[in-house]
Amino acid sequence: MVELTLPKNSKVTEGKTWKRPSGARNVKAFRIYRWDPEDTANPRMDTYFVDLDDCAPMVLDALIWIKNKIDPTLTFRRSCREGVCGSCAMNIDGTNTLACTKGMDEIKDTVKVYPLPHMAVVKDLVPDLTTFYAQYASIQPWLKTTTPTPEKEWKQSHEDRKKLDDHYECILCACCTTSCPSYWWNGDRYLGPAALLQANRWINDSRDEATGERLDNLEDPFRLYRCHTIMNCSKACPKNLNPAKSIAEIKKKMVERQV
Amino acid sequence: MSNHKSLRTPLGRVRHLGAARSGTKHFWHQRLTSVALIPLSIAAILLVVSLLGRNHAAVVQILGSSPVAIVMLLFVITAVYHMWLGMQTIIEDYVHEELPKVATLMANTFFSFAVGLAAVFAILKLSFGL
Repeated sequence: MVELTLPKNSKVTEGKTWKRPSGARNVKAFRIYRWDPEDTANPRMDTYFVDLDDCAPMVLDALIWIKNKIDPTLTFRRSCREGVCGSCAMNIDGTNTLACTKGMDEIKDTVKVYPLPHMAVVKDLVPDLTTFYAQYASIQPWLKTTTPTPEKEWKQSHEDRKKLDDHYECILCACCTTSCPSYWWNGDRYLGPAALLQANRWINDSRDEATGERLDNLEDPFRLYRCHTIMNCSKACPKNLNPAKSIAEIKKKMVERQV
Repeated sequence: MSNHKSLRTPLGRVRHLGAARSGTKHFWHQRLTSVALIPLSIAAILLVVSLLGRNHAAVVQILGSSPVAIVMLLFVITAVYHMWLGMQTIIEDYVHEELPKVATLMANTFFSFAVGLAAVFAILKLSFGL
């Protein structure tokens, strides 16, 4: 059944309030979710104060500042710090987004930071994305052809290439998938917006010869049809893509080949 | 979410029993009945409003007349089918354990058929005056 409250051992408690940086005049407060698998305590919310005059403007800059200057045990993923790797996806100020492209000036008052919602937590802000990646693998994100590979290259018209726009830019950060209530309730069977947007990228690819087979593998009450056009996915996407539209396109093709 | 006790690979768990190769009909019929219910609901509401304040004999006569009875039959059948499909979706969304899920899906089907048939029977009875 659907769970309306957090399990007992996941209830978030009040954590530690760390010291304000001395002499700082321009300070921003951060409330950050902390959980360590190595102790038995429940998750807690720690409070930190960041000296904005000593820190670059993005939320990720502040997290790195905290890790360097206040608390080295704070754990999060980050890599490119410019919105192309998708590592630092987390829930900031109530919305799933990338910490590296979210400016602190966009947030009034205290910045609240949680891991991506409804995922098992590995530690602090690091979610377990094993199932998410397996769902991506399950849509077989590669070109499938029967025709022998041409000597030079698979050709594609400019028009057909355009159909891959708004799909290839996806960085698999999981912001959309973990914002979807339908994925929260049925994440073991529903593939989620990210995997379905990627599926549509290959269904749309004029060079691919397995379109029907791809549709066959999605035609399922849970894999595809758990999408109820809630559209949190399109609202959350930090790359301004539209997974809800991609899913609608897949559903349209499903009807098209039957009606 | 993922069953961490299982030693199956993540991909094996995601693929599970494979795609059901169905669901499109359910999706399409839900849209089909939605579109059909736009004119049918308006007609049904107008009809009920026009019945307000009339005596029993007049109501029986209007509901029993062929065009009205046909519109009402279409409305009842479409609405009940739409309700059946919609409730099934909600159950699949929220009820995950196999036994309660199958039981509520069965109850949903029985309830929809019972309500639908009772309404159809009532309309036919008025029409044929049995």
